[in-house]
Amino acid sequence: MPLQIEPRLAPSRLANVLAPLVAIVLALLFSGILLVAVGVDPLETYRAMLRGAFGSAYAISETLVRATPLMFTGLAVSIAFRMLFWNIGAEGQLAMGAFAASGVALFLSQSVPWLKGPALLLAMALAAFAAGAVWGLIPGSLKAFLGVNEIITSLMLNYVAILWIQYLYYGPWKDPQGFGFPGTARFPDDAVLPRLKDTAWLPQLFDTGRVHWGLFLAIVAAVLLWLVLDRTRWGYEIKVIGENPRAARYAGMNIVRNILLVMIVSGGLAGLAGFSQVAGISYRLQQGIVVGDGYTAIIVAWLARLNPFGVLLVATLLAALFVGGDQIQITMGLPAAVAQVLQGAILFFVLASSFFTQYRIRWTGRRAAVVGEQ
Amino acid sequence: MAIPKPRNNSGADATAQRRIQRIEMCDIVKRFPGVLANDRVCFDVKAGEVHALLGENGAGKSTLMRQLFGLYKPDEGEILIDGQRVEFNSPADAIRAGIGMIHQHFMLVPTLTVTQNVALGLKSSREPLTDLDVVAKRVRQLSEEYGLKVDPDAYIWQLSVGEQQRVEILKALYRNASMIILDEPTAVLTPQEVKDLFATLRRMVQEGHGLVFISHKLYEVLAISDRVTVLRDGRVIGTRETKDVTRDELARMMVGREVKRLRAQPQQAGEPLLQIRALRAMGDRGTEALRGIDLEVRSGEIVGIAGVSGNGQRELAECLGGLRKATAGTILVAGKDLTHASVQQRLQAGLAYIPEERMRDGAIKEFSVLENMFLLDHASPKYTHGIFLDFRRMREHAAALVKEYTVKTPSLETPIKNLSGGNIQKTIMARELSREPRVLVAAQPSRGIDIGATEYIHQRLLEQRASGQAILLISEDLDEVQALSDRIAVMYEGRIVGIVGRGQATAEQLGLMMAGVPMEEAMGAAPTAPTAEQPIEVSSVV
Repeated sequence: MPLQIEPRLAPSRLANVLAPLVAIVLALLFSGILLVAVGVDPLETYRAMLRGAFGSAYAISETLVRATPLMFTGLAVSIAFRMLFWNIGAEGQLAMGAFAASGVALFLSQSVPWLKGPALLLAMALAAFAAGAVWGLIPGSLKAFLGVNEIITSLMLNYVAILWIQYLYYGPWKDPQGFGFPGTARFPDDAVLPRLKDTAWLPQLFDTGRVHWGLFLAIVAAVLLWLVLDRTRWGYEIKVIGENPRAARYAGMNIVRNILLVMIVSGGLAGLAGFSQVAGISYRLQQGIVVGDGYTAIIVAWLARLNPFGVLLVATLLAALFVGGDQIQITMGLPAAVAQVLQGAILFFVLASSFFTQYRIRWTGRRAAVVGEQ
Repeated sequence: MAIPKPRNNSGADATAQRRIQRIEMCDIVKRFPGVLANDRVCFDVKAGEVHALLGENGAGKSTLMRQLFGLYKPDEGEILIDGQRVEFNSPADAIRAGIGMIHQHFMLVPTLTVTQNVALGLKSSREPLTDLDVVAKRVRQLSEEYGLKVDPDAYIWQLSVGEQQRVEILKALYRNASMIILDEPTAVLTPQEVKDLFATLRRMVQEGHGLVFISHKLYEVLAISDRVTVLRDGRVIGTRETKDVTRDELARMMVGREVKRLRAQPQQAGEPLLQIRALRAMGDRGTEALRGIDLEVRSGEIVGIAGVSGNGQRELAECLGGLRKATAGTILVAGKDLTHASVQQRLQAGLAYIPEERMRDGAIKEFSVLENMFLLDHASPKYTHGIFLDFRRMREHAAALVKEYTVKTPSLETPIKNLSGGNIQKTIMARELSREPRVLVAAQPSRGIDIGATEYIHQRLLEQRASGQAILLISEDLDEVQALSDRIAVMYEGRIVGIVGRGQATAEQLGLMMAGVPMEEAMGAAPTAPTAEQPIEVSSVV
C-alpha cells in the first residue's frame, strides 16, 4: 500500500483547527447533493437557514432560547464524561428539575408567605438543582457502591421521570381552568425569569424575542465549571480518575466520594435546565418541556471535547441548526427532516474528522513489486 | 528468484531444504514520525555463528530485526540472502525464506497443546484431515536433536515461561528456519533456564543455524556470541569479534561515555522501619498469592526480593502500597499498624511506593510532567490556596525536581507519555523521594530502562539508603538485586524460601531457591560462595 497510517506523536494545532472546518464543508457538500436530488437549490436552502437562525435580532434571540437548555445539559454531561461516568440520564434529571421548580412555584409559594420576588426564583432554582442531583445520585450510588452499569440505570430513570411529570400535568396538577389542555396553571409573576428585553438596566441588545435570564445562568455555570475543573484540586482528581482510575487509587483518591459529588453536580446542572425552561419559557409544567435536550447534550459535550466554553459554543451552533431548520420548513416549504439530515451529516463528518487529529496519513510512494515466491 | 518454491510445510522433508549461508542488511534506513529508528545500518549474520545485537532500549535493535522478519519495510536499503536481493511483505514471506523470530512476548495459544501450537497455520500433509500425530513425532525428534525438553501433548498454560520459549524455538525449527532471531530471550528466564537456553543455542549453531541475539545485557552477550554489533541512537557504533572486546569497552560503545561503577560501603542498619508479619493476600485469579510473608527492613538497609515473575512479588508490593487487601497478618511502618490503612494514611506514615507498572499505576499518560509530579501532593497546603491549586508554586517545585533528577523533557507541559521510560521513571522517583519517605517500596525500578537512567536510579537508591531510609527492592533482575541489596529474600509461590546476606549466595544458588529448592539444599548444592564481607559493587552494567 502506498498509503500508511501513523499515529501523531505530538498533537498538531493546525490539524485540530482545520479538521472540524473541513468536516463542516464536506458535510455541506454532502447534504447539498441530497438537496439537489430532491430538486432544491442547496445554496438557497443554506442561506435561508442562516437567515432563520441569525438573520435578525428576533432570530438570534430564538437561537439563544433554543441553546439555553442545551448549554445546561451539555455542561452536565461533560463533567460526568470527564470522569468516564456515562450519564445518559440528563433528560430525566432535566424533567425532575422542571418538576421541582414547578412545585415550588405553584404550591410552596402559596404556603410560605416570604417566598416572593427573587427569593422565590432562588428557591425554585435550588429545588431544581437538588431534584436533578437526587435523580443523578441514584445511578451514581448504584455505580459507586455496587458497580452497577450507569448507562442502563441512568437511561431507564429517564422514562420514570418523564412519565412522572406527565402524570402530574395530566392528573393532579392539571390546571382546572385549562380547558382540558395538559399542563399546570400558570406560575405567579414572581416565579418567572425576566426576559432580556424587559431588563431595563441591560443595554438593549434585544428589544424583542423570548431570550431570558436562563442564558446568563448557563454562562455563569460554564465559568464556574471551568474554574472547578481547571483550577481546583477537585477538578484535578476528576481528571485523574477519568484518565486512569488505577493511578487514582495508587494516589489515594476516594473514587466513591468523587463519583457521588460529580453526579450531584451533573444531575443538578441538568435540573437547572428544567428550571430554566419552565421559569423562562413556558411558565408552567406542560408538554414540550422534555424534548430530547438530555440526549442532544451528549453530542454537544462530545463535540466540545468536554470543555465548558466549547459547550456554550457548540450548543449555540446546534440550536442555530434547529432554528434554521424550522425556518426552511416555513419559508421554503421543505420538510424539517432536511435540517435533521444536515445535523446528522455535520456530526458524522466532525466525529470522523477527529481521526485526523490523532493520526496522519503518509504517502510512501510506490515500491518495487515484492519478491515472494517467483 | 533465489527463494525456493513453497514447500510442503509438514516438516517431513525438512532436510531437503537448502540452508541460508549469509544474510546481509545494507544501509537500512527506517523512519518513524519524529524518529530516525535506523540510520544507514549495515548488519550481517552467517550460518554457524551467534551475532549479538547490543544496545540500549530504543537504540533500534528490534526495529532492525523486525524489518528482517517482514514486520516492517525498510524506507531505504536492501536485504540480501546469499547475495540475492529479497523483499518481505509479511512475516509469512520471511518464514518461507527460512527466517524465524522468537519474540519477547510469546505468540502461543494457551488453551492448545504444544503440538497444536506448532501446527497452527500450517498445511496438513493429509488435508482436509489433520496430521497432528506426524507433527508430534517431528516435534519429539526436533526436541531431542536440540535438547529442547518439552512434552508435545502438554497444554501451553501448563508450561513455565522457559518451556514456552522452547515451544517458540521448536515452532521456528519446525518451519525450517535456518536463521533465527531471538529478541531479548533471557529477559523472562531464571539463571538455570538461561543456562539451558545457551546450551540449546550452541547446539543450533553446531547444526549450522545462524542466530541473531538481541540483548542489552553485556555478560550474556560476552557469554554466547561470536560477534557483536553495537547500536546506539539508530546507528551502528561498531562490530567486533566477541573474543577481542572487554565488557567495559562494550559498555562504552553502548552508552557513548564511560560508565561509572559505584561502590557503596557496607553500613550499619538501624531500627526496623518496615515489619511484615505472616502476611497473606489473594491473587487476581482467586488463589492465595501471599501465603504468610515475614520480613523486616531496617533503617539504612536495602532488602532485595528475588524471584521468578508471578510468585507473589507484585501482590506483595500492592499490599504494601494499599492497592490490595491483606487477608491476614500485619504491616507495620515505623511501628504503626498500616495493614488496613487507606492509601492516604500510608502516605502520611512515610511510605512511598514506586509501582511495577509505571504507566498503568504510577503515571497518567495524557497528563503533563507537571501534573504527574503532583499526583500525590495535589491536596497539600503547600500547593493550594483554599480549594484552588497554586500552579505557580507547583511549577517552581516541579522545575526544581526536573533539574535535580535530570529528567529530560522538552517542557513541564509535555505529556509524560512522550518521554522515554527512563525519564518517566525519574519523574516518578522525583515525586516519591521528594516526599522524604521513611520506607520506600521500589518494584522493578529499572525494568525496560536504559543503562544511563538505571545507573542514576541505582545511585539514588543507595543515597536514600545512606540517609537512613528502609528500602524494599523487588526485582526480577537478579543482578540488580545482588548489586544493591544488603540482604536478599527469595520468593517462591507466595512464600519467602530463604533470606541470605550480601555475598553469601551465588547466582546459581539463588536461582535454585527461585525455582523452589529449599535454602539448605540450595546452599549445599554448590561450593560455598565467597562469604567475606565485600563492599557492594554496584555496577549499572548488568
